[in-house]
Amino acid sequence: MRIICPNCGERDIREFYYRGSENDLDRPKLEDSLSNWHSFLHLRDNAAGEVRDLWYHEKGCNSWLIVTRNTITHDVIRTELVNSEDEGLA
Amino acid sequence: MRITSKGIVNRDQEVTFLFDSKPYKGFAGDTVASALLANDVNLVGRSFKYHRPRGILGIGSEEPNALISVHKRGKIEPNVRATTQEIYEGLIVTSQNSWPSLKFDALAINDIIAPFFSAGFYYKTFMWPPRFWEALYEPIIRHAAGLGKLDSEPDVDNYDQNFAFCDLLIIGGGPSGLFSALLAGRAGLDVILVDENPKFGGRLLFENTIIDGNHCLDWIQSCLGELKSLKNVRLLSRATVFGIYDQGTFGVLERISRHTHDSESDTVLDCFWRIVASRSILASGAIERHIAFGNNDRPGIMMASAVRGYLNHYGVAAGTSISIFGNNDDAFNTAYDLNSAGVEIAAYIDSRSYADIQGDFPIFRGAEVYDTGGRLGLEHICIRDEKGEHKIQTDCLGMSGGWNPSIHLSCHTNAKPEWRNEIAAFTPKGQSVSGLLVVGSANGHFTTSDCFKSVCEAVNELLKSKGRKIKHKSYPIASDLEYNISPLWAVEGNKRAWLDFQNDVTTKDIKQSVDENFRSVEHMKRYTTQGMATDQGKGSNVIAIALLADASGETIENTGTTTFRPPYTPIPIAAIGSSGRNKGFAPERLATTHAASIKLAAPMIEAGLWYRPSFYPKIGEDNWLQSCNREVVNVRQSVGICDVSTLGKIEFHGKDAAKFLDFVYTNSFSSLAVGRVRYGLMLREDGFIMDDGTSARIAENSYLMTTTTAAAGSVMRHLDFIHQAYCPKLHVRFASVTEQWAQFSVSGPKSPDIISSIVDEPFNETDWPFMACGEVKVMGIKTRLFRISFSGELGYELAIPSRFGGSLFDLLKLEAEQRGGGVYGMEAMNVLRLEKGFITHAEIDGRATAYDVGMQKMLSEKKDFIGNKMAQRPGLLDPNRERLVGLKSTGPQSSLSAGSLLFNNDDEPLADNSQGHISSVAFSPIENCYIGLAFVKRGPERSGEKIKAVNFLTNTELNCEICPLPFYDPDGKKIRA
Amino acid sequence: MRFSALRILKESLTGNKNWTPHWRNPSPKSAYDVIIVGGGGHGLSTAYYLAQNHGIRNVAVLEKGHIGSGNIGRNTTIVRANYLLPGNSEFYSHSLKLWEGLETDLNYNVMMSQRGLIMLCHSDGQRDAFVRRSNAMRSRGDDAHMLSVDDLRKLLPYLNYDNARFPIYGGLLQKRAGTARHDAVAWGYARAADERGVDLIQNCEVTGFNINNGRVTGVETSRGKIEANKVAIVVAGRSSQVAQMAGIRLPIESHILQAFVTEGLKPVINNVISFGMGHFYISQSDKGGLVFGGDLDGYASYAQRGNLPLMEHVFEAGMALMPMIGKAKVLRSWGGIMDMSPDGSPIIDKTSIDGLFINCGWCYGGFKAVPASGYAYAHLIATENYFHTASNYRFGRFKSGYNLMDEEGTGSQHNLH
Repeated sequence: MRIICPNCGERDIREFYYRGSENDLDRPKLEDSLSNWHSFLHLRDNAAGEVRDLWYHEKGCNSWLIVTRNTITHDVIRTELVNSEDEGLA
Repeated sequence: MRITSKGIVNRDQEVTFLFDSKPYKGFAGDTVASALLANDVNLVGRSFKYHRPRGILGIGSEEPNALISVHKRGKIEPNVRATTQEIYEGLIVTSQNSWPSLKFDALAINDIIAPFFSAGFYYKTFMWPPRFWEALYEPIIRHAAGLGKLDSEPDVDNYDQNFAFCDLLIIGGGPSGLFSALLAGRAGLDVILVDENPKFGGRLLFENTIIDGNHCLDWIQSCLGELKSLKNVRLLSRATVFGIYDQGTFGVLERISRHTHDSESDTVLDCFWRIVASRSILASGAIERHIAFGNNDRPGIMMASAVRGYLNHYGVAAGTSISIFGNNDDAFNTAYDLNSAGVEIAAYIDSRSYADIQGDFPIFRGAEVYDTGGRLGLEHICIRDEKGEHKIQTDCLGMSGGWNPSIHLSCHTNAKPEWRNEIAAFTPKGQSVSGLLVVGSANGHFTTSDCFKSVCEAVNELLKSKGRKIKHKSYPIASDLEYNISPLWAVEGNKRAWLDFQNDVTTKDIKQSVDENFRSVEHMKRYTTQGMATDQGKGSNVIAIALLADASGETIENTGTTTFRPPYTPIPIAAIGSSGRNKGFAPERLATTHAASIKLAAPMIEAGLWYRPSFYPKIGEDNWLQSCNREVVNVRQSVGICDVSTLGKIEFHGKDAAKFLDFVYTNSFSSLAVGRVRYGLMLREDGFIMDDGTSARIAENSYLMTTTTAAAGSVMRHLDFIHQAYCPKLHVRFASVTEQWAQFSVSGPKSPDIISSIVDEPFNETDWPFMACGEVKVMGIKTRLFRISFSGELGYELAIPSRFGGSLFDLLKLEAEQRGGGVYGMEAMNVLRLEKGFITHAEIDGRATAYDVGMQKMLSEKKDFIGNKMAQRPGLLDPNRERLVGLKSTGPQSSLSAGSLLFNNDDEPLADNSQGHISSVAFSPIENCYIGLAFVKRGPERSGEKIKAVNFLTNTELNCEICPLPFYDPDGKKIRA
Repeated sequence: MRFSALRILKESLTGNKNWTPHWRNPSPKSAYDVIIVGGGGHGLSTAYYLAQNHGIRNVAVLEKGHIGSGNIGRNTTIVRANYLLPGNSEFYSHSLKLWEGLETDLNYNVMMSQRGLIMLCHSDGQRDAFVRRSNAMRSRGDDAHMLSVDDLRKLLPYLNYDNARFPIYGGLLQKRAGTARHDAVAWGYARAADERGVDLIQNCEVTGFNINNGRVTGVETSRGKIEANKVAIVVAGRSSQVAQMAGIRLPIESHILQAFVTEGLKPVINNVISFGMGHFYISQSDKGGLVFGGDLDGYASYAQRGNLPLMEHVFEAGMALMPMIGKAKVLRSWGGIMDMSPDGSPIIDKTSIDGLFINCGWCYGGFKAVPASGYAYAHLIATENYFHTASNYRFGRFKSGYNLMDEEGTGSQHNLH
C-alpha cells in the first residue's frame, strides 16, 4: 500500500503508523456524559467501504494524516493533514 | 533420447550431474528434467498420498510431479522443480518421498489399499481409542506425509533485497511481454520486463512459429537486441512476480545463482525486489491442462506442449514411440514437430471426430484414451473409438486438454475471473487489478498474432492514459493455427483418473465430495485437497471445477474458482526474511558508554532496542548477586554512577509549552518554577497509565521531558497526535533529543562531592535543592544538572551532549571510585528503585491506573487532561482493585519470585481466590531479605497483613507480609538531604 | 451415518459409492425458535450446543456463503488455554476441555493434536510475566511449565540461541495445547448439528432484522422472510455491518491478519512455537506444511489480504528465531478479517433489542474458542443467563471499566491487541 503524504509525497506504507478511525478527532468535553466518552473511545462505524482514518508519518515528517481509503479495495483516495490550520511558527 | 538436429542447448559444453548418486550427462542449457529425459530417465518421484511413481509432467514452474532436492554446499533444498532447475557441472540432486528407494517404495502399499483412503477418510476414523491419535495415528500420518526434507542446520546463504520504481512493469517475457516492452520502450516509458525463465521468449522458445517470415527464435533475438539498446528498459530474467499488492506494488523474486556452481560463500542466492509501477501489463501466458482418464498418472505421460518443448528447445525426445491425446488444434503442433524431427508417433488420438489433422502416423479421431499400463513407466495405452477398443504400445503420451490462461496474478487483489465457453477457460474480468492490463494468452488470445494485436491495443491505451500521442497500428503476423477446442475433462471409465497428480486426487474423489454434500468449490477443494499441492492446481483446478459443476448440476461459471493467493510460485522464507537473522532482526541502539561497559565485562542486556549493562563484575565475585549487592551498597553508602541516557528525552519550546504539558500530564506543569523538576504521570485516553517520568522547566517557555526507555517512541507519537489533533493552535514545538544527550545518574551521599569536583564553577550544594535543575559547565562543556534521584539517595543527573558522553562517564567513574563507590548497572538500579517503591513497566504494565499505584492525588481536578474522564470510570476506582503494596518474605531467607500469585493464608490456591500477584522482586541488602512490589486487592488497606505467595512452578508457598511503601527512607530525608 | 474405521472399510469395499451427505440442504422454514446468523465455526457450534445441551432443535443457521467460509477456514489452527486474566482464563480452560472430547462428542475426527505450545521469552521482565501467567493457568487447573534454555535446547535444537538479537531466556510450555484441523471443526459441528435437526441454510444472506416494539421477530433474507423467537448474530469479520442492520454500533474495528503455509516437508517442527519479541508463531501441519503468522497488518480492512511489509516482518522474525527454515518455500498466504475489540477480548451478550444476541470481537483468537463460545452462547440464548465461563464477555465493561480483559496491556486502541 502507498500513501501520498501531503508533505513528503507518495511513500510506502511501511513508513506510516496506523491509529484508527477519524472518530478519535472528535474528543468530547470533560463535562460530556460518560456515554459520549464511551462512544468516542470504543464504538466504531467500521465501514466496509470508504473510511477516513488516522495515520502518522512516523518515519517521515511526523505529521498525523487523515487518509480517505476503501477498506474493501484498499484504494487510497485522499490524504489530508490532521492539522491543516497550523501554519507553523513564523 | 537426444535428437541431434533439434534444440538450442549448447552441445559443445557437456555437463555432468548426479541424480540419486548416479552421474548423468547433459548440456549447458538443460534443466534437470530435460537432461534426465535425454538419458531416458522418467521416474523421478513419488506422489504424496499413494506413493505412486511420478515422472516429469510439464516443462515449467507449474510442475506438480518432478520435485527433487538440490544439495549445495552441504545443504539441502527440498521440493525444487526438476523442470526449472538448470544443470551445472557437479550439481547434486536426489528424489524425494520414497523409502528405501525410488523404485521400491515401501509406502507404495498405500496405493494397494487406496480405497480406504478415499476423500476425507481421516475425518471419519482414528477416533478410537481417544489417546491413540497423538500417540499412534498422527505420527504415522505425519511421517508418511510431507515431501522433501528440510535441512536442520541454519540457512547461512546470502540473499539480497532491492526496491525499484518504473512507469510500466511487464510481467512475462514471452511474445506478448517482449512486444509490450518494445512498444512501450520505444515510446520512452521507463519499463521493467520480468520473466521467470532463464531466457526471454516464453512459449516461443519451445515452438517453430514463423513470425513476419522468420523463425520465432530470430524474432526473439531481434527484439532482445533492440530492448537491450534502450536505456529506459530493464530486463530481469529468472525472476518471478510472485504477488500483486496495493497501489502498484509487486513482490518479485529473482534467482541469482541457483543455476551456477558457486563455491564462493558470498554469492547471493536470490534477490527480493519490491517493484512499484504506476502501470503494469500481465503477459503471463497460459498453461496447458491435462485430461482425466484411467491411470493417466504414469511416468511417461506428459503434457503435449511439454513433449514439444523438450524436443524443440532441448533436442530431447521424451520417448521412443510417442502418442498424443488431445481435444484441440494446438496438440497438432506436437505431432507435426515430432514427425518432422523423425520421432516415431505411435498414435494421435483426438476426442473430436472432425479434428483436421493430417500426417503419416496413426490417427484416431473421435477417440479417447481410457486406460494405460506399465509398472514404473508407461508401456501401453488403451483407447476406444467407434471401431472399438485398441491397445497401443507407447512409452510416452502427450496430453492436451486445452490451455488455461495464467490469470493468477490478476486475481491477487480479490478479482474473480470469468468463464469463457468459446475457449473453455477462465480469463480476467474487467479491470481486475488497478492499473493492470492483461494481454496475450493470459487474456485468452491463443494465437501469436492475436497476442501481438492485444499488446498493440493495450499499449496504445496505456500511452494515451499517460498523455502520449504515439499510436501503434501494426504488429507482427505469426504462422500459428487458430485455436479450436472441444472441452473434454474426463474420459468415462472405472479406473482411477487423476486430477491432482501430487495430492492423488482423482475424479472419484470429486464425485464422492458431491455425494457427501461438499458442493461449493471451496468445500470440494478442502475436502479432497484438490489444488492444495505445491503447484496449487495450476494444471488441474479447472478440470476439477468442470467435473464438480457437472456432478452437482451447476454451470462452471456459477461454480467459480477457489481464491488465487500469493505467491504465484513458492518462495523461500530466507529470500524475504534473511535480514532478520542474528542481530539483523532489529536495530541495535548503543549508548555512548557501550564500549566502556563491555570493557568492564558488564553483561549487556536488551532494553527495548537499547543495550544496557546488567552489572559490573569485580574480580572475586562469583555471581551477579554479589556484584549487584556491592553496587547497591555503594550507592547507599558512598556514590554510584549509572548511564541513564536511554530514557526518552523530548524538548518543548514555545509560549504554550506549559499549557500543552498540563494537557498531557495528569498533574500541573504550568505551576512549575523555572529551574525546577517535577515527576509527571501520563495517562492514555482510556484512563490507564501510559508512562511516567520527570519534566524540567529549563526556561520560561522551555521544558525537557523524560520518558521511560520503552515508551519513548509511543509517547512521541502520542504527543504529536494530541498537538496536531486537539490543540494545533498552541504555540509549542517539540522534538526528541534522546540521541543528542548522554545522561548519567550520580547517586549517593557522596554525590555532591563529585559534582563539586567536576563542575567548572564553584558548586554550592544548597543552590541545588531537591528537584532543582539548571545549566553548569564541565570542562567548558555546557551540561545540564538535575537534582533528581531514582535510587532514593541524594543524587543528581548530568546530561551532556552525546559526543562527550563517553568522556564524562570515564570521569565520573574515576571520581566515584576515588570515593569508595563505582559504576552500577540495571540490576542494582532495580534493587534501589524497589527499596524506594518506585515503579517501572513491571508495575505500569498497561493495566494499572493511577489509583492502583497510589497516585490518584496526581490526577488534577482543576483541568482537563488526556485520560481524565475515563479514569473516573467506576471500574477504575473500585477499592477491590488489585493495588500496589510492598511485600516482604517473613520466612528465613526465602526468595520471593516475581509472578507468584497471592492468596489469603486460609484459602486454597485456586484462581477464584487470588488476591493479586507479585510484580517485581529483589534481594535488598539493606533490609537483608527479599522484598517485592505486589498488586493486592484493597492492598493499601491491608498493611501488616500476612498473605501467602504461591508459585506453582516451584511448588512453593511463602509467607509474606504486606508492607507500606517505600521500604527505604520513608520520610524522604535522604533523597531530600 | 456413524463414522468409524469399520464404516470406511465397508464403504471402500463397495467402491465408496454409498457415502451420504454430511448435512442436508433444507429450504428455510417460515419460522424457527432460534435463528443463528452466521455459519462459521462459532455459529455452528452454537447450533450444536443449542440442540445438544438445551434440546432446542428448531434452529436455523443462515449462512451467506457456504458453511465454514469465514475465519474457521482461514486461521493457523492453534488451540491453547494460556490466558492470564480472570474472565478469559476460565473461558479458555473450558474450551480446551471441550476440545479434548470433541471427536467423541461429534463423531468426527477434528485431528486435535495436543503437541504442546511453547511461548518464548526474551527478557527477565517477560520471564516474570510468564511465571505469573503460568501461575494463573495452574491456579485455574490447566497445565503450564516453565522451560529453561537448557530444556529448550533439547526440545527445540534448531532455534537461534547463540547470536540472537533478542536472546531466548526460557519458555512457557502448555502440553495440552496444540492444533486441530480447522475445516474439520466446522464440518464436524455442522454435521452433528444437522443430525440433531438443525437446518443449515447456505447461500442465504440476512438483509435485515424485523423488530417490533423493541423485540426481534425474525429476519429478512435473500431467500425471504423468516420468523424467529430469538436471533443470534455471530458473524466475525462482518459484525459491524450485520449489527448496524439492527441499529447497533459495536466497539469493533476490522483488521487483516495474514498467515502463511509452506510446501509439505517431512516432520521437523513438532510443537507450536511462539516468538513474543517477533510476533511470530509456527507449527507444522499433519500434511507437512509449516503454518506460520505474525501480527496484524495494522490498518482497518475487509479485503482478506495484506501487504508486503508485514509479510517481510514475519519472514524476518522466522529467520531470526529459527534460521533453518530458510529453504522452506512459502506456498500460500492468506488474510482473515479480525473483529478487534477495545480490550482484545470478545463479547457474548444480549443486545438492547429483546431476543437479539450477539457474539463478536474475538480478535485473532477465535479458533480455539469455537467450542466454548458456542457452549456459552447457546446457554445465553436458551436461558437468557450468562454462562459462568463467559460472564465477563459483556458490552458493559467498556463503559464501566469493570472486568476489562486487556491481556496485552495496550489500551483501547483496537489494532494494538
